[in-house]
Amino acid sequence: MDAIKQFGQYSQLLYQALRSSTEFSTYRKNLFHEFVKVGYESIPIIMLTGVFTGAVLTLQTAYQLDTGLYPTYIIGAITSQSVIIELAAVISGLVLAGKVGARISTELGTMRVSEQIDALESMGFNSVSFLVVPRILAGILMFPVLYVAAASLGVFGGILAGALDGILPAAEFMKGARAFFFAEDVVFGFVKSFVFGFVITSISCFKGYFAFGGAEGVGTATTKATVLSCVYVLLADFILAAILL
Amino acid sequence: MIQVRNLTKSFGTNLVWENVSFDIEAGETLAIIGKSGSGKSVLLKHLNALMYPDAGEVIIDGRCVFDLRYGELRKMRQRFGILFQGAALFDSINTFENVAFPLRYFTNQSESEIRDHVEEALAMVNLEGAGPKATSELSGGMRKRVGLARAVILKPDYLLYDEPTSGLDPLTSSEINELIVSLAGTLDITSIVITHDMHSVLEVAEKVAFIDEKKLSWFGTVQEMQHQDHPQLMKFVRASEYQIQTKPISGAKIG
Repeated sequence: MDAIKQFGQYSQLLYQALRSSTEFSTYRKNLFHEFVKVGYESIPIIMLTGVFTGAVLTLQTAYQLDTGLYPTYIIGAITSQSVIIELAAVISGLVLAGKVGARISTELGTMRVSEQIDALESMGFNSVSFLVVPRILAGILMFPVLYVAAASLGVFGGILAGALDGILPAAEFMKGARAFFFAEDVVFGFVKSFVFGFVITSISCFKGYFAFGGAEGVGTATTKATVLSCVYVLLADFILAAILL
Repeated sequence: MIQVRNLTKSFGTNLVWENVSFDIEAGETLAIIGKSGSGKSVLLKHLNALMYPDAGEVIIDGRCVFDLRYGELRKMRQRFGILFQGAALFDSINTFENVAFPLRYFTNQSESEIRDHVEEALAMVNLEGAGPKATSELSGGMRKRVGLARAVILKPDYLLYDEPTSGLDPLTSSEINELIVSLAGTLDITSIVITHDMHSVLEVAEKVAFIDEKKLSWFGTVQEMQHQDHPQLMKFVRASEYQIQTKPISGAKIG
C-alpha cells in the first residue's frame, strides 16, 4: 500500500515538474547553478572512476585471455567496448547516485524540515519549478556529458594500464578499439546516461522534497534516495540492455 | 477580512481539531493560543493554503482559498507574509539576499531600489548594517527579525507569526513583541500570532482564539479573556501567572 502511495506521490511530483518546466524565469538562475553542481563539480570523481575502470578492465581482460590464442589487440577491443557500452554509464551512474543524489536529497530535505520550502510557497513561488525542475534538467543534460568524460578516460586508463604493465602498446590497444568501435554503442551509452540522470535526480528530489521528521528524517530520506537511485539505475540498465541491444 | 468556517483537520486517524470557525477583521491582531501539539501551527498554515483541511473553508475577500487554482493561489499567497518558527531563512544566501529574495523575483526594481528597500526593511527591524552577514552568524532573535523583514518586504495585507518569541530570552521576546505592534500600526497589517506565551498575547493581541481538546475552545477579546471563567483557558493563563504579574495586564494593547 505504501509503495503505491509513494509511486503516486512521485508521479504527481513529476507531473508538477513537467507542467512548471515552462516557468523558465523562475528556475533560470538555479539551472546554471545546478549545471555547475551536477556537472562541473562531478568531473574529478568521474575522471577517477573512468581511468581506474578502464585500467582494471584491461588488466583483468589480459589476465583472462592470457592463453596465447588471441591477438593482444582484442584486449583493447574488449576494454573499450565494455567501457563505452556499459561501464562508463553504469559505474559513473552509481557513483553519481552517491554524490549528486545524496546532495540533492539532503539539500531539499533540510529545506523541507526547516520550513524553507514552505517559505518559498508562502511567498508565491512554485517550489517545484524553483527547486525540482532545475535539478532534474541538470541531471538529464549533464549526465551524458559526464558519460563522455568517463568513457574517454576509461579508454585512456585502459591504454595507460596496458602500456605501463607491458601487456600491449598503445597503438595495439587503439587498433582493437577502432576495429570494434560502433557508433550505435555510443548512442546506447548516451541513452543510458540520460535515463540514469533522470532516475537519480528525480528520485533524490522526490525523497528530499517529501522528507519529514527533523535531522533524522533528512538522514532517512538521503539514505533511501541513494539506495533507491542505485537500485533503479541497475534496473534501468537491465531494461535498456534488453530493449536496445 | 479572513473568515474561517468549520475547519477540520486530521493526519491519518489522528484528529488535530474540528469545526474551527472564527473571523479576523482587517487591521486586527489575533493571537491563537493553546498547548504545544494542539495544532496551532497547522491552523496557521491553512490560512494561506500551505496545508489543506479535511473539511471547511478559509474565505478571504469572498473566495475560499482552497478552491483557488494554483496560479490564483500563488497571487493570493503574496498578500501574506509569514514569520516561521525557525525563521526559515535560506542558508545558501546572506541576510541581504534573504530579504531581497521576493523583490528580485516578484518586482522589476533596479538594484539600487532593491538595496534601498532592503535597508529600509532591515532598519525597521533594528538590524541596520546586518545585510552582509551569513545567516549562520545570526542569533535566534536576529534570525527572527530578518525573517520579519523578509515577510514585510512586499508589503503584505496579512502577517502570520508562528511562535515569534519561542526560544528567545525575555528582553529579545519583548523587542519582537514591540516590532509586531509597531508593524501592525505602521503598515496597517492584519496579524495572526501563534503563541503559547501569554506575555506575547497581552502585549500584541486584540483578540484571542484558544485551541483546546481538538476544537476552538474559546474566542474573544483580550479584555473578555481577563474576565471570564473558562476553566481550561484560566488554567492555561494561570500557568503563566508569574510572567503576567511581572508585566501588568493593563499594559496590553486593547481595542
